[in-house]
Amino acid sequence: MVHPTEYVPKSYHPRVSTYWWLGRWAYAKFILREISSIFVAWIVVTTLLQVRALKAGPAEYAQFQAWLATPWVLVLNAISLFFVVFHAVTWFNLAPKAIVVRMGGKRLPAAAIAASNYAAWVVVSATVLWILLRGTR
Amino acid sequence: MKKRSNEPFLWILFSAGGMVAALLLPIHLLLFGFAFALGWLNGPGYDRLIEILRHPLTRVYLLVLCSLPLFHWAHRFRYTLYDGLQIKHLNELINTFCYGGAVVGTAIAVYLLWSIP
Repeated sequence: MVHPTEYVPKSYHPRVSTYWWLGRWAYAKFILREISSIFVAWIVVTTLLQVRALKAGPAEYAQFQAWLATPWVLVLNAISLFFVVFHAVTWFNLAPKAIVVRMGGKRLPAAAIAASNYAAWVVVSATVLWILLRGTR
Repeated sequence: MKKRSNEPFLWILFSAGGMVAALLLPIHLLLFGFAFALGWLNGPGYDRLIEILRHPLTRVYLLVLCSLPLFHWAHRFRYTLYDGLQIKHLNELINTFCYGGAVVGTAIAVYLLWSIP
């Protein structure tokens, strides 16, 4: 004989809609952050393609540059730029929650940690720009 | 004995990759994808770029720029598939695809960067 309790589920799992994150901006932001990772991967892939083209020679590199200027790559890169900046801003704003800095026994305020992240962003970006533009006019 | 979780290690890679991606990828994409590609700025020519690329520090820098953000992607994308699409039953396959992809990407980066003459 079959005992009826065999069919009682061990725990209650309500079915959540696939679009649960559309209901609230905070949830949508969470999913947008998750999606940003796809564009992070895309930028890495284009960087690797760039290194490959550079290795292959000037003609291949010119071809790579022409490819970067094609409409669909420009559109994809514009979306990627939006997502990677979105990632950076949300990342730096969240940093104070993950990084606890104590100075003289006191916890450094969140704004100071976020500000130092933004400062690092500016310095690093300016350094990359300087290295790449050095010697060009 | 319970198997020790490798989640903390993967989380460190995720967070290091998130930091690298946040600091470096926007300026790289802005310059190479737009400013130089569309002629807003007169970017470095082929000879100059290959000279920069040959420098050992550039190779290490580009390896970090490629590898860590890929692990960041692997971790986040895994959860995008869990939370966004709720395909938890494919765990094993998703993990292999994500972290495997990051490992393969890192290997390709090492090969490309260290085979430059």
